[in-house]
Amino acid sequence: MYAQMVETGVKTVKDRSEMGAEEQAFMARIDEESKIEPQDWMPDAYRKTLVRQISQHAHSEIIGMQPEGNWLTRAPTIKRKLQLAAKIQDECGHGQYLYSAAETLGVGRDELLDQLHTGKAKYSSIFNYPTLNWADMGAVGWLVDGAAIVNQVILQRTSYGPYSRAMVRICKEESFHQRQGYEILLTMMEKGTQAQKDMVQDAINRLWWPSLMMFGPNDDSSPNTAQSLEWKIKRKTNDELRQMFIDQTIPQLEVLGCTAPDPDLKWNEATGHYDFGEINWEEFFNVIKGNGPCNKQRLAKKVNAHEQGAWVREAAMAHATKQQAKAAAKVA
Amino acid sequence: MSTADWPLFEVFIRSRHGLSHKHVGSVHAVDATNALENARELYTRRNEGTSIWVVPSNTITASAPEQKDALFTSPVDKIYRHPSFYELPAAVDKM
Amino acid sequence: MTALTQINSNHDALNTYILRMADNNLVLGQRLCEWCANAPILEEETALMNTSLDLFGQARNWLNYAVDRDASLQDCDAVTMLRDERSYLNMLICEQPNGNFADTMARHYLFDVWHRLTLEVLCNSANETVAAIAAKSILEVRYHEQRTRNWVIRLGDGTEVSHQRMQTALDDIWTYVGEMFTQDEAELSLVAQGVAPDQQTIASQWRDIVSATLAEATLTMPEDGYSQMGGKQGEHTEGLGIMLAEMQSLYRAHPGAVW
Repeated sequence: MYAQMVETGVKTVKDRSEMGAEEQAFMARIDEESKIEPQDWMPDAYRKTLVRQISQHAHSEIIGMQPEGNWLTRAPTIKRKLQLAAKIQDECGHGQYLYSAAETLGVGRDELLDQLHTGKAKYSSIFNYPTLNWADMGAVGWLVDGAAIVNQVILQRTSYGPYSRAMVRICKEESFHQRQGYEILLTMMEKGTQAQKDMVQDAINRLWWPSLMMFGPNDDSSPNTAQSLEWKIKRKTNDELRQMFIDQTIPQLEVLGCTAPDPDLKWNEATGHYDFGEINWEEFFNVIKGNGPCNKQRLAKKVNAHEQGAWVREAAMAHATKQQAKAAAKVA
Repeated sequence: MSTADWPLFEVFIRSRHGLSHKHVGSVHAVDATNALENARELYTRRNEGTSIWVVPSNTITASAPEQKDALFTSPVDKIYRHPSFYELPAAVDKM
Repeated sequence: MTALTQINSNHDALNTYILRMADNNLVLGQRLCEWCANAPILEEETALMNTSLDLFGQARNWLNYAVDRDASLQDCDAVTMLRDERSYLNMLICEQPNGNFADTMARHYLFDVWHRLTLEVLCNSANETVAAIAAKSILEVRYHEQRTRNWVIRLGDGTEVSHQRMQTALDDIWTYVGEMFTQDEAELSLVAQGVAPDQQTIASQWRDIVSATLAEATLTMPEDGYSQMGGKQGEHTEGLGIMLAEMQSLYRAHPGAVW
């Protein structure tokens, strides 16, 4: 999930009887699965939560370009370079769709980017891990995009119209990402040298746990989930989504002929799900706090690009303003 | 450190010949020419379009949600505007 | 298994020409990849990557044709990854470092105009395959030119800072312009056969188009001074070797591997 631990600002879910008429009518629309649109009345906390979640999602897409960009110049074949460039470009596009959706809530993209650049806004913890060999391009596509897709498919039904429509578009475009990633790994496992096979297992070993962390903390330490579910901003809990992801991923792992770095991972006949080991939450909370292997470098690169580009953005705007003045003078 | 972001344009795309332009989202751009470029880059990466319209977002006038009932409920009763209101014998019902 | 061998560098006139076209695209496309996550605004991030995709796609079409004509080139990846800088035949302008956004746009626009004019003639080449590849490329390149032209004008006319940077960018890149219009014997033989365009004709068209754009951008067209040459014969600036070392590192570290 590209949005983790999104603060709702609400301690307990409000009882319907405590709500005024406007809010009751709003909740009735949520209950009947009708979409909330930008100009509709909405509780302030709903609006703020959405801005946080959508912008965190957007920031993740944008920062997510960096770990893949790390291998773009070294892609081993032209075909792989084209695929990777197209995928990175999609991510940039998805960031833009999501910023657009957030902007319908009355907050400018510049303000959202400022929050990212100053460290006030978060992005997904996964992008603070380094990509250390080419198989990471496969593992990122398969596991990271795979985990994101589990969440995003469900978010197509999220209650806020512009967010839901952005998710529909994103899901449609992202379906190739996971397949592309898996195919990179499969090619290396089926046709590769021992060194390539070792790269694949190494990538899975490093990215497995961080991928599971993408879904956020366990439900019992996720105080915001209940309210987000009530508003239908979220549609399933972190643990439900994580379990769905693991259940669908293990058969794919077996086809690859690789293993997950989890000795406790096994099929549970009684529950019909895979059991898995305890996630290292200390690591997770540290990465969220800014202590991950790449937090500083990712943010520094983003801030640098923004600052180095300021004169370009200003120049383009200045030119457009001059043109408009000229056009106005002609009319007058 | 913040410089004002470029203005917002709404983007409409005609996906196939003969269809209407449909709203697909928005882009930031310095002017209309730039908005067309940016919309082309962002919204037609998969061959989705045959024509693009861009409109400055701040020029759109929208109906107010509070007026929804006043504006849109009246036609609900006017079922005589729909062909299914008129019952015809089976022999001519393809009309 | 393909061995890690040096790729044949004795090409006939046509393959020399094809590889020059391919390498222009490869090298400029690779430079644009280096912008990833560094662009001044998200919209440009998408646009630069789109252009890079176009250029690599075009390079692949040219390379496939070169490989069809000369099996010793193996395949389009081998010919991309196993040639050293002395065997790359792109023009020097394409390999120049990205610099700032004005440097990138100046380099790109001057090349785009040349590229479009050259492809326009190649669409009617006596060689049908060349004509077909050109016809496919030109649609993309027309758009590249339009976009970079707009940027040259925006930056030239924009603010004092951007005007200064765009003027400096033009002054700096100008020494690599002359090479675009020089033709060696191999290329002149193709001109005689109606396969390749005469760059003398293109040079004057190029000059008219570029000077009109620079005038609109309030920029001064630099004086033609001494031209740096040699890229088309495999003598490059130092930056190319480093760029290729990065691009080729993974492929070369695993000889014969399938990706």
